[in-house]
Amino acid sequence: MQQGPEENTVLMDVPWPEEPPVLGPGQTFGSMTDTIADAVLTRPIGLGWLAGLAIGMGLVAILMAAVTYLFLIGVGIWGINIPIGWGFAIINFVWWIGIGHAGTLISAILLLLKQTWRNSINRFAEAMTLFAVACAGMFPLLHMGRPWLAYWMFPYPSSMGVWPQFRSPLVWDVFAVSTYATISAVFWYVGLVPDFATMREKASHPLTKKVYGMLGLGWRGSARHWKRYEALYILLAGIATPLVLSVHTVVSFDFAISIVPGWHTTIFPPYFVAGAIYSGFAMVLVLAIPIRHYYHLESMITMRHLQNAAKIMLATGLIVAYGYFFEAFMAFYSGSTYERFMMQNRWFGPYAVFYWTLILFNLVIPQVLWAPKIRANTRWLFLISLVILVGMWLERFIIIVTSLSRDFLPSSWGHYVATRWDYAVFFGTIGFFTAAIFIFIRIMPAISIFEMRTLLPEAEVKAK
Amino acid sequence: MAQVFHRSANTIARASIIGVVVVVSVLLWAALEIQRSPYATYQNVAQAQPVPFSHQHHVGGDGIDCRYCHTSVESSGFAGIPPTKTCMNCHSQIWTNAPMLEPVRESYRTGESLIWTRVNDLPDFVYFDHSIHINKGVGCASCHGPVDKMPLTYAANSLQMEWCLNCHRAPEKFLRPRDQVFNMRYEQPSSDNPVKLADGSVFTDQIALGNELKHRYNIRSTEDITSCSTCHR
Repeated sequence: MQQGPEENTVLMDVPWPEEPPVLGPGQTFGSMTDTIADAVLTRPIGLGWLAGLAIGMGLVAILMAAVTYLFLIGVGIWGINIPIGWGFAIINFVWWIGIGHAGTLISAILLLLKQTWRNSINRFAEAMTLFAVACAGMFPLLHMGRPWLAYWMFPYPSSMGVWPQFRSPLVWDVFAVSTYATISAVFWYVGLVPDFATMREKASHPLTKKVYGMLGLGWRGSARHWKRYEALYILLAGIATPLVLSVHTVVSFDFAISIVPGWHTTIFPPYFVAGAIYSGFAMVLVLAIPIRHYYHLESMITMRHLQNAAKIMLATGLIVAYGYFFEAFMAFYSGSTYERFMMQNRWFGPYAVFYWTLILFNLVIPQVLWAPKIRANTRWLFLISLVILVGMWLERFIIIVTSLSRDFLPSSWGHYVATRWDYAVFFGTIGFFTAAIFIFIRIMPAISIFEMRTLLPEAEVKAK
Repeated sequence: MAQVFHRSANTIARASIIGVVVVVSVLLWAALEIQRSPYATYQNVAQAQPVPFSHQHHVGGDGIDCRYCHTSVESSGFAGIPPTKTCMNCHSQIWTNAPMLEPVRESYRTGESLIWTRVNDLPDFVYFDHSIHINKGVGCASCHGPVDKMPLTYAANSLQMEWCLNCHRAPEKFLRPRDQVFNMRYEQPSSDNPVKLADGSVFTDQIALGNELKHRYNIRSTEDITSCSTCHR
């Protein structure tokens, strides 16, 4: 049996033996287009969707109230105080920005590597990236104390006569995250243009036609359009690819550049990037499993996709485990009193219960993914993904809170307890994310129609 | 099937690409201009005062020294606003019945201070000390402008940080000999107008003079005087 693609195969998916296919049987160009487009255009609004949106919007309302109170009173309503000046805001920032990384990995790196299984999950994974970056972006702004002066972070010819401190990783953050948000948005939109044109053709209401028509930028699907489109799409993928590594590297510099015990370590960039992809794929599964179930997309988002995502989680989870191990080892091997104390403090200190939960959630439980039976069970995958998301949040909590609460001088130690406003803002952003995803799947094709069509045998281009 | 859009949509779409860039750039430029304009800074805007006090008359006409009223300028952070008694030193003798001066006399009778409107007001997060500037050779007029020509006082400069840094980054462009600090008619040295120091050395170039004064007055390095905590303590 032929294993791996033939030489002259361009996009045809050739699975390994006993591996589920990337596209279920019985699909045609027309059926695929109808399935995806009708979910938006003709499917009536269901009670389940309304309930989900209501929950999301309810949390957004809490977010609005919490942010208003924050603007009126200041960051003192949160649990942060010296020495723990970062708290939930930075934990949530790192967590959300990490989640976005899977979307970029799927859309850019897997495109360049010609992984056909990306085609049905890239669209909503990119949407996930955008919404996650939006949630992430809120936190540094809210944490600023005077968020209305956030534009000071950008280099513009200000009347203060000074530029931002370019040697500060916090300024690098501004560039990394704003670049990331811009490229993700452009990449997502460019990917949507041919599908907007399809929606324009399929829509019946004149207003819907107009809106999709505007978004479709006059796309006619001519050979010239496609030629330029393919070139642009590959170029954008090329630009987005380094971002998968660079954004979280820069985020890790926020910590690694400082001298705080537990932060000042060179392993942070790769360990943060792996953690980002780990949590990102967990979020992809948390979204993909319900979407394929409720919208009956099992033949497009097949078990192959879920299993591949599970394998990536397993691999990145092991890199993260390596990071945990070497943090502990280097604390011992460095001989530094403060590093050793930092590790002891994580193991046995006031936050030990969070540390061991994190080890259980990120290291121990995900090992069940080695079993093919677990990888083939959507309920298990969904649960494990949730566990990983919690675990990755705890990881950031441990890194930020244990290191800041007890550094060099015992006289300046502190203890961090989040307030109800911390939780309100955090769950508020989860609501924002949920509401955005719910709205997205109702107004845009959640799966890339034109890229799915290329998976059909009829679309295969054979070299002569 | 009919077209969704008219042909003109093509032109509109193309124009909007450039249009967005132009509109955004113009808005940003306008925001920066407004923020630097007298509308925001009150630069060159004369303020109404309880008594229309004229520096032009008292300084330019009568030749009263700055320190006659602003007594603490050489030794304190605050230059000092004169008490009503200072006004009455003269105005108990001259213009004693001028209606314009009634608020001054009333203040003198009752002991209630005149409430002047502040013209040069720095934000509270900026530490500023008059005495150090006076003693290092920064002329009054360098910051306050031609006060001897102001019928009603106005701020001659924006007091924005870029303006402060303009001098802190290159003090040699503005320094003058200490004995010229209160001279409102002082001019920077040129070949037509050489400046002579007390020890007899003559300068015809401001940069040469400024560098010499920087050395003589022990003015600290640019790194020191532009460091954040010099002014934001």
